[in-house]
Amino acid sequence: MSASRGAAALRAPSFELVHHTLRNGLRVVVAPDRSAPVVGVAVLYDVGFRSEPLGRTGFAHLFEHLMFQGSANLEKLEHFRYVQASGGMFNGSTHLDYTNYFEVLPSNAFERGLFLEADRMRSPRITEENLDNQISVVKEEIRVNVLNRPYGGFPWLVLPPVLFDTFPNAHNGYGGFEDLQNATAEDASAFFDSYYAPANAVLGVAGDVDADQAIELIEQHFGGIRRRKKPPRQNFGEPMLSAERRETVTDALAPMPAVALGYRVPNPGDDLHSYLANVLLAEILSDGDASRLQRSLVQSKRLVTDISAYLGTFGDPLEERDPTRLNITAHYSDQSATEKVLSAVDAELDRLATSGTEPGELDRVRTKFAATIFRELDQVLNRSLEFAKFEMLFGRASLILGLPTLLAEITDDDIRLAAARLVPASRAVVELIPGASA
Amino acid sequence: MSPTDTAVAPATSARARNGRRAPLLPVPGLTRPAKVKRITTAERVFESGLRVVFVRRPSVPMVEVRLRLPFLSAKSHHLSRSSLLSDTILTGTAQHDRNSLAIALQELGGGLSVGLDADRLLLSASALSTALPDLLGIFAEVLTSASYPKNEVAGERGRLIERITLAKSQPGVIANEALGQRMAPGHPYGTSLPPISEVEATTAAQLRSLHANLVRPDEALLVIVGDVTPARALDSAERALAGWTGAQANREVPALPGLDMGPLLIVDRPGSVQTSLRFGGHALPRSDEGYPALQLANLAFGGMFSSRWVENIREDKGYTYSPRSSLDHSTLASSFTASADVATEVTAPAVLETLYELGRISSLPITQAELDLVRQYAIGTMSLSISTQAGLASTLSGLLGAGLDLEWLTRHRDRLAAVTLEQVADVAAEFLAPRKLVAVAVGDADRISSRLSGLVDITVQGA
Repeated sequence: MSASRGAAALRAPSFELVHHTLRNGLRVVVAPDRSAPVVGVAVLYDVGFRSEPLGRTGFAHLFEHLMFQGSANLEKLEHFRYVQASGGMFNGSTHLDYTNYFEVLPSNAFERGLFLEADRMRSPRITEENLDNQISVVKEEIRVNVLNRPYGGFPWLVLPPVLFDTFPNAHNGYGGFEDLQNATAEDASAFFDSYYAPANAVLGVAGDVDADQAIELIEQHFGGIRRRKKPPRQNFGEPMLSAERRETVTDALAPMPAVALGYRVPNPGDDLHSYLANVLLAEILSDGDASRLQRSLVQSKRLVTDISAYLGTFGDPLEERDPTRLNITAHYSDQSATEKVLSAVDAELDRLATSGTEPGELDRVRTKFAATIFRELDQVLNRSLEFAKFEMLFGRASLILGLPTLLAEITDDDIRLAAARLVPASRAVVELIPGASA
Repeated sequence: MSPTDTAVAPATSARARNGRRAPLLPVPGLTRPAKVKRITTAERVFESGLRVVFVRRPSVPMVEVRLRLPFLSAKSHHLSRSSLLSDTILTGTAQHDRNSLAIALQELGGGLSVGLDADRLLLSASALSTALPDLLGIFAEVLTSASYPKNEVAGERGRLIERITLAKSQPGVIANEALGQRMAPGHPYGTSLPPISEVEATTAAQLRSLHANLVRPDEALLVIVGDVTPARALDSAERALAGWTGAQANREVPALPGLDMGPLLIVDRPGSVQTSLRFGGHALPRSDEGYPALQLANLAFGGMFSSRWVENIREDKGYTYSPRSSLDHSTLASSFTASADVATEVTAPAVLETLYELGRISSLPITQAELDLVRQYAIGTMSLSISTQAGLASTLSGLLGAGLDLEWLTRHRDRLAAVTLEQVADVAAEFLAPRKLVAVAVGDADRISSRLSGLVDITVQGA
């Protein structure tokens, strides 16, 4: 049953990637694959909630909602109807550093998908009425995901203000109700003008298309959108921490305590190798029953109900620029056990830093990680999103296909070094105090 | 509720700066649809009774495996025992302890998880396609020699109790449990959370006995999808699982009770900033000739974004973020449910609009444009659901488990294409009418009861 694979990289599935840049600056990545009659269309804009203005927390996400409310040639509700009447599905999501909009469609609706994306890139229909309606919808989204549920927003909303000092990194990306309520249609137009230029976007297309025909159609639909200035990319960097930071939050709805640890990590843009060591480290710590923290804190010491280690805000380790973080979160039943949980985590990190990985441990973790990427790439929509994302954040769509090779270069020493950097002095700790009786 | 204002802001600045309104562009039509590719399955029934169905899908160098075991039982303590069994079945075998089993899986680029509902136990796995024989070897080991070590059972018992406590604090779970008790009172379909006292009393010996009784191949179904040849997949499975034999003990499938009709049930959750609304009723199974029409009626009501209910209470009124209705299919019954979490202060108007839309679709026919929309959506999304290895494996496992197959799915396009407005109106009247449904609302009773009682009969249950 043992199937040790040595350090050789697994071969990623091959996808032909065709690149093209329009005169207005829109970058395009097409990944044709004729095996199933479906196509994914994704537009990513290089703006996320890290870029929203002071006093307008939650605006990037609210604006994402507005992009569905009609556009130059479409009335409200028509965008949804055209996608669904084609037999397709749509969505959008706002991240720290980018915002995406996407459809997955039967391939006979490909041109329609392009039209819908081009139309809102040209000119979304921003009205006071739509704004008020979507402020209400977003408030309900925040209630259902944060305010009305135990552990809502834990830790993604509570960790950043402790780990970071500047508004872009520290503020609540869902937004305060007051800020949302104060948002105006003028704010929305200004935000669109600043950040939604074609030159600030990447269009990803994957699936059942011919590359040449696809580019011709893309030129036809997006080529007429006026070139506008690409906004300069802000540097959000902050100095590393020099001492541990601690905070507590009370969650009136939670029946059990929880704790979140946030560690600063290397800049994925400058030092991808060191960053990827942290990606594998997170897997070594908490992926599956054989991982370090599961074995120690869950199975052996029975200190916690669950524990997980991951990079970034939402669990995708490769979707954020610097500064980003490694998170460790745990739920447990005994409030007085918090210090024990922290020391047990520290002990495991220390053990990795001093003794390194066990024979075979690094190989199986990277095999598993590569397999997870392959599985993701099986979905046409994920391909359109991932190729566009890697093009936007790393300037290289093909990087995702090269990850198995890069992961194969990570050594035991790299893991030890990464673990050695995760010391209390480089982290923020937020303890959640339960307010509900279990 | 936010005040609304119909003033239109000066379009967008891009257009404003152009100083003129661009001429309207036509929305491109659809090109000719690609021909539906027939999916070929290979199948073998082993001597043990295990049925294996395989589909070759070389899109990525992976393989997906689903093993489905019927698990519906009327036995007392079945939910607590099967829940703990699903949490501990991977914690040790005759050859491996929990840790080495997990290591073996990771080496295959694999993952193996166990899912449980009232109908079935489902082992879902994926691995690099070259590792399929090894993965099936792990399946065989777990199926024939899961050992339920005492210390692992004790640890997982404690975690299960904590997870039940966590689940019961979630408003969505509270609402679904309350709805379940109205839709299938006292039946395994009515709940997914075992009583903590029963979990506490569950022993490793009871799990071993449950495993011996029900983890048997005679009624089981193995689905494999991925980048391997049919012969290799089926031969690997036959070799690996040759030692898994025996028949399931009698499961005493419990009869399904009728809906517990009656007033809207308010489950008090003091201080709740939202009300979790749930409506539910019976529906037709997929094998029924009226099903395609009901599927379309559900979509037109609230089963997709461009539906009446979503456009009304979200896009027009802003009462909620994610209203949605759905049809779900279990072995003994199918059901219709509609869910929305709405702001506390608009609970009554949200119920009013919901009753209005249910009443409208059950008393007046939908339009031809709506029928075209939902039909196209139903047909298109069907091919999306089987466009990945994982999606195809799960869909196929679900279909075969319900006595259907991919041929049913292929022909379902034609059935959807043939549905008429009148058929949609007939099934909507039968299944979506407000008085055919039970309703629950989890929220702050002090703030919502009075207004709700002006619209419908209510009954309040304490927190």
